[in-house]
Amino acid sequence: MTGLANGPAPFPMTDSTVLKLTGLSKRFGSVVANDDVSLTLKKGEVLALLGENGAGKTTLMNMLFGHYLPDAGSVDVADEEGTLRALPLGHPQAALGAGVGMVHQHFTLAENLNALDNITLGSEPLFALKRDRAAARRKIEGIIERSGLNAPLNVPVGRLTVGERQRVEILKALYRDARILVLDEPTAVLTPQEADTLFENIQAMTQDGLSVIFISHKLREVLAFSDRIAVLRHGRKVGEMATSEADETSIARMMVGADTPKVARAELAPGKPVMQLAGISVAGRSKRDTLKDVDLTVNAHEILGVAGISGNGQGGLARVISGLVHPSAGRISIDDRPIAKLSPAAMVKAGIGRIPEDRHHEGIVGSMSVAENMVIERLDDPEVQRFGLLRHDEIRSHSEELAQEYDVRGPGVTASARLLSGGNIQKLILARVFERAPRLILANQPTRGLDMGAAAEVGRRLLEARERGAGVVLISEDLDEILGLADRIVVIRDGTLIEAATHDRETIGLMMAGETE
Amino acid sequence: MIRIEPRAQTPRAFAVGIPVLSAIVALALAAIPLIFAGANPIVAYGEMFKGVFGSLFAFSEMLTRATPLMFTGLAAALAFRAKLWNIGAEGQLYLGAMAAVAIGSGVLDISGVVLLPLIIVCGAAAGAVGMAAPTYLKVRFGADEVVTTLLLNFIILIFLQMMLEGPLQDPMSLGWPQSAPVLDQGMLPPLMERMRVHSGLILALVLAGVAQFMLARSVWGFKLRAVGENVAAARHAGINVKRSLFGVAVISGGLAGLAGVSEVAGLKGYLTADLSPGFGYTGIVVAMLAGLSPVGVVVAALFIASVFVGADSMSRAMGVSSFLADLVVSMSLLCVLIGGFLAKYRIIRSNKAGATS
Ligand SMILES: Nc1ncnc2c1ncn2[C@@H]1O[C@H](COP(=O)(O)OP(=O)(O)OP(=O)(O)O)[C@@H](O)[C@H]1O
Ligand SMILES: [Mg+2]
Repeated sequence: MTGLANGPAPFPMTDSTVLKLTGLSKRFGSVVANDDVSLTLKKGEVLALLGENGAGKTTLMNMLFGHYLPDAGSVDVADEEGTLRALPLGHPQAALGAGVGMVHQHFTLAENLNALDNITLGSEPLFALKRDRAAARRKIEGIIERSGLNAPLNVPVGRLTVGERQRVEILKALYRDARILVLDEPTAVLTPQEADTLFENIQAMTQDGLSVIFISHKLREVLAFSDRIAVLRHGRKVGEMATSEADETSIARMMVGADTPKVARAELAPGKPVMQLAGISVAGRSKRDTLKDVDLTVNAHEILGVAGISGNGQGGLARVISGLVHPSAGRISIDDRPIAKLSPAAMVKAGIGRIPEDRHHEGIVGSMSVAENMVIERLDDPEVQRFGLLRHDEIRSHSEELAQEYDVRGPGVTASARLLSGGNIQKLILARVFERAPRLILANQPTRGLDMGAAAEVGRRLLEARERGAGVVLISEDLDEILGLADRIVVIRDGTLIEAATHDRETIGLMMAGETE
Repeated sequence: MIRIEPRAQTPRAFAVGIPVLSAIVALALAAIPLIFAGANPIVAYGEMFKGVFGSLFAFSEMLTRATPLMFTGLAAALAFRAKLWNIGAEGQLYLGAMAAVAIGSGVLDISGVVLLPLIIVCGAAAGAVGMAAPTYLKVRFGADEVVTTLLLNFIILIFLQMMLEGPLQDPMSLGWPQSAPVLDQGMLPPLMERMRVHSGLILALVLAGVAQFMLARSVWGFKLRAVGENVAAARHAGINVKRSLFGVAVISGGLAGLAGVSEVAGLKGYLTADLSPGFGYTGIVVAMLAGLSPVGVVVAALFIASVFVGADSMSRAMGVSSFLADLVVSMSLLCVLIGGFLAKYRIIRSNKAGATS
């Protein structure tokens, strides 16, 4: 056994250390994603890894898991006896074998397979003659029982809710006997209730000796459920503390290096209607895309918050306002002019800025450059093209300015957009939308996965647009966000909208759950 | 143990390295059957080389062979960029060829200044229709264009035979299924005296340059790339996906049609049902070898034409079957596909005990 204290360390090495990252560094071209980061994790501990978007959290975990080969540094993982052993780097199978399981920021499940197959996929030989599915099922059911991570095993994963998919991802890691579980923003897509359940399950598992590192931008859950907090800034570890000694301001200061400004909100009287939906119905493929006879008016100088439990028609509403779907009934007018033919282009032309929910899938073309993604909605603009030819230099310099103004950090505007971190992709989309000074803004889950600073920035921009006279439709599953920003709140449930006429948390919560009229 | 793992980034050098390496590996692998056939591969490849670069005539023959491959290669490359899988260049080629002889073989006996451009435009238009139709079925009914364009090839071929024994048949052909010849003034002028290489080559080179430029620099190319890379984001951004697909379908079909025009009005002079030894399909290989880059298509077409022309002359000189050419071509396609995989993933030989599974 190791465990002889060797030198002063912030957390003395004991027998219970299960993971030790030492001096990890990683560069991508000119971007220093991680710079000499060291971390330890103890048995049964829950460590929260915090940092702004692009601080290097995902990169660090990817090095631990072997997806990226570090430029420098080492990783030691305790074996079953508790002895720390060097982990071969750049080697996911080795990490798996050593008991490290990772749940990625974006789901990696095969949608057409059921949960059982997804969980066992990869941990059994590809060409096994006979697979012992009964034994696999028993093992999974055992894990479900111990952890409380419930998920239907026989349904294709494509039909599960995001919460269920998240649990399947974790079950997959546990099925491979993970003793160290890494969760990259596990709650970004969960409702607060689902998130709480998830953390309760995680706490139950730590009783069995599981150690957990999770990445999150939600300070509430970090403070409630972690034992220790480590903060990255610009790729370096800038601090570490026990959660019991931390509070929101101290963490925020450590993450950003300064206090985050409070968002100021001017009182404004609502102006004339900007957008009106009259009797809009959408026959969606699922409940989340279905709308039933919806009437909605959004006024100038007004942020309209759409609260609701996920999957109650938010998708349908967003798709109508984005111009992606033709309602089966009803009318949309902008500034009192009905829109005859709904299409994304028509909506862009009518001055509607759209921030899509799924930024990777709908927001950007990942393999095209940041600059190209900045101008993708204004290809008719003479600033972008002349006689059908792109004005590359103008596009580039303009994009550089925008990236500067909206603080899009990454490897530069000529690099592929997919190389940006999740939060920076969102900033790119914000830049694209706000730049055009839209009449109406559809913001669908705009702060999902964003760090506090960036989320506050989104709030500030939305309020700024409101002051300028724009109307804003803010769809969010984060009730706090809606309560903080919205002038008026409607609750969406089962594809219908109900005016809330209050900012009372309790009442709105009940309406979301369908427990009032 | 060998493991496969995704790369964070594809090294730049791969774009050129993979096709070049694939070509070399394909030639090396093809040496094995050569040995079995009793030929010395070095001598054989020497003969092949001579068969292409040994004389001006040999070289011009190679260029002649490369010309239709450039057209069909461009047709495939542009469509594939938009993820529109045009497998029907062979059929579109024959549509272009039929249009060329229909117009060029005597119906309109007008000056070449008018007739030649007219033949080119009508041939391209016929090919364009041949791709627009399956694309319409795709955007309207969701019909898989791989299936429809492929099947259309056979339909067009049968239609061609019908035409060659009917309206398009040369009355002087004594019942032979062959069209009347294109009028002299309707022919693409040859580039060199006593050689078969013709100005279709110039047209192909110019179009490749234009395509390269448009893809990178024009709004049209921007939209096409966006639709190909992420159709959901393109649609969300307000790009008219259907129009983009139609646009590239028309151009892709038109280019394939030009391959037919160029063969009929540049080389053969008349149309028979064996005008193309599968130029449409080989164009797909050319496009893949080229990494779907228009300029790459020119290089890849030259390579594949060299293999075919070289193999022909090698087989004459050494008595080895010229099927070797098909072997090299298909191997290089396989190598490119494997290379494309290696560009996205790396293979790691692990020897560390830490790996368990
Ligand atoms: N494969 C890559 N190539 C180039 N740059 C990269 C690559 N992966 C990450 N980066 C850059 O490294 C930095 C750190 O990215 P990382 O994904 O680790 O951030 P993060 O802390 O997880 O952010 P977020 O909270 O937004 O997920 C970013 O600037 C990102 O653009
Ligand atoms: Mg991340």
